[in-house]
Amino acid sequence: VHRFIGCAAIVSRVLGSFKNGSPQPRNFIREMQTVTLIPGDGIGPEISNAVMKIFEAANAPIEWEERNVTAIKGPGGKWMIPPDAKESMDRNKIGLKGPLKTPIAAGHPSMNLLLRKTFDLYANVRPCVSIEGYKTPYTDVNLVTIRENTEGEYSGIEHLIVDGVVQSIKLITEQASERIAEYAFEYARNNQRASVTAVHKANIMRMSDGLFLRKCREAAEKHKDVKFTEMYLDTVCLNMVQDPTQFDVLVMPNLYGDILSDLCAGLIGGLGVTPSGNIGANGVAIFESVHGTAPDIAGKDFANPTALLLSAVMMLRHMGLHSHGKKIETACFDTIRDKKVLTKDLGGNSKCSEFTEAICQKVRDMD
Amino acid sequence: MAAHGAVLSLCRFIKPFGGGRLGNTVKVFGTTLTSHRNKSGLNGDNIPPPAKYGGRHTVTLIPGDGIGPELLNHVREVFRFSCVPVDFEVVHVNSALETDDDMNNAITAIRRNGVALKGNIETKHTLPASVKSRNNVLRTSLDLYANVMHCQSLPGVQTRHKNIDIMIIRENTEGEYSSLEHESVSGVVESLKIITRNNSLRIAEYAFQLARDKGRRRVTAVHKANIMKLGDGLFLQCCKEVASGYPDITFDSMIVDNTTMQLVSKPQQFDVMVMPNLYGNVVSNVCAGLVGGPGLVPGANYGRDYAVFETATRNTGKSIAGRNIANPTALLLASCMMLDHLELNDHATSIRNAVLTTMNETRLHTADIGGQGTTLEVVQSIMRIIQSKGQLTSEF
Repeated sequence: VHRFIGCAAIVSRVLGSFKNGSPQPRNFIREMQTVTLIPGDGIGPEISNAVMKIFEAANAPIEWEERNVTAIKGPGGKWMIPPDAKESMDRNKIGLKGPLKTPIAAGHPSMNLLLRKTFDLYANVRPCVSIEGYKTPYTDVNLVTIRENTEGEYSGIEHLIVDGVVQSIKLITEQASERIAEYAFEYARNNQRASVTAVHKANIMRMSDGLFLRKCREAAEKHKDVKFTEMYLDTVCLNMVQDPTQFDVLVMPNLYGDILSDLCAGLIGGLGVTPSGNIGANGVAIFESVHGTAPDIAGKDFANPTALLLSAVMMLRHMGLHSHGKKIETACFDTIRDKKVLTKDLGGNSKCSEFTEAICQKVRDMD
Repeated sequence: MAAHGAVLSLCRFIKPFGGGRLGNTVKVFGTTLTSHRNKSGLNGDNIPPPAKYGGRHTVTLIPGDGIGPELLNHVREVFRFSCVPVDFEVVHVNSALETDDDMNNAITAIRRNGVALKGNIETKHTLPASVKSRNNVLRTSLDLYANVMHCQSLPGVQTRHKNIDIMIIRENTEGEYSSLEHESVSGVVESLKIITRNNSLRIAEYAFQLARDKGRRRVTAVHKANIMKLGDGLFLQCCKEVASGYPDITFDSMIVDNTTMQLVSKPQQFDVMVMPNLYGNVVSNVCAGLVGGPGLVPGANYGRDYAVFETATRNTGKSIAGRNIANPTALLLASCMMLDHLELNDHATSIRNAVLTTMNETRLHTADIGGQGTTLEVVQSIMRIIQSKGQLTSEF
């Protein structure tokens, strides 16, 4: 039986390599899939350990390959990530990343920016769902923000025209807008979401946001089964803080996405409980926790692994391992709802390891 | 001084030939020359109120689109009823036309009267890109550089957060709203965000002066200087420079995404906030949502010579136009701000008190804040309260 499974696994892996584009769900044979793990800095290593332990308790078919992505100077003087990290990511296609610190005067650009450029991570997806055990003034939030991640206001092109006058350029291209619009509708379709709303400011930025909006409309034509609406950024902000239940999937350019995704994270409880995923070209997908490295509590077993855990669950869903994802997510939410073992930021005073153990216990109990 | 005057007139001479980029450079240059005149800082008090003829002020009224016309009619009704010595000069702007004549008439009227009350003019973004947003054109032509919005929790309105009291000062003329866009290569559009030292200093000065006048303790600058290092970096630097001249006021800064997160979890921590144009749009709408919605908060646009009052969130409200359900509170409070500006403080206080009493004590609410009242009922309640205070009123 083992040899049969082994042969089938090799065959399917070979077949898998001929397919390009998004990874296909390969759950008909229980083979181990390798995922690149980037623990990160600060509390990164301890929360990554927590996630690995929980995955082991859930018997998830994931093999972790740990890599470090501290920037090094490549030939020609350009900053790049270490070649073994790049090679591992290109091979595995799926990654899980902890928080990375950006040293202020190190001379190299932000690590997140470097990763984004290396793997062309064009879409940042942040599902925001209210957590039952963690009370915020907003209940029943269930929306997804999809943010264009490569251009827009963050192109970094700035000039000093004359002394005292600075111009920043916001770049919108047809190609990137088309790509993100397509992705948004694909995501809505694959995840059974009813509508997509494009967020823009085309009344002021007529040409740039106008182009973005046109591409969204064209993608909407191709996906008639998903409802499409468009709304001004200020109207979205206004309605979001009054009634977030009216929103489903939101797609938008870079800056609005940055602000809105953090706004939505604030609605459900902050960056400590928000998952996030970055989708790139060539089927690469890196899931990450978006909070900081918290150097003041690093190594003291105080950290909250929820954000990284929920991002890992997002990763499992992306890979098609829905049952494992559901199991781990339910265990996590149940633990938070019970309120018996909670880390400090969630309102309790347990340690990270205790919280992790409670989730592992729940996962094991489910089998 | 004579040389200064000569250069200024030279600027005005160059302007018609400018067009495009050169025209904007001249505008910047013009700002450089004139800015030293308002070193003392403005918050509506140093602008002398417009002249009164026969004891009555004339104010330009721009009805706009959507709910603007009906709500401004109510404002006029309340003013007539309270015998407020203000005459309205109504100027219509048709948003469907492509020509600028309407807008130019409106701007000339405001220059003539000095003060205006307006509804929002719709921007049809199906028109070509050369037709700019009319509201934006108004703000930049009159150089209304400061947009001031005061968000306060009202006791009569049910909201998730209580005890909010934030003043938002938003740069109103440049930043992302410069309307300078071009398509350099087919499929690639560039939009320019302009930040200038003069405008940043001006708005920071305004913010700190306002904070001092109102007895506020803290000013927070909202920015994204970690990404837009030159642009927002310049803005932040200007704020810091101005802050050093006001040692009694604490100054700190916060990145815009963190700001929105903090606003939805703990809005009570903010006092006065100052920021460039686009972040101002986002933050002001979030704050308006937090205190109860777009129907409650008034906004004011102040320039060196002119002042225009409107609702803070600038919505046209097309979907609720003509149905007698719109909330008149925002525009009525904006008209009270206008009366304060014209130094008709007694009238301003009486109307404002009547509006707040209806909101908080009588609890007559329109649909947007969860009530069942119609616009007309609310306005009549306000007029009844004004009458009951014993002031001189005309007939209903």
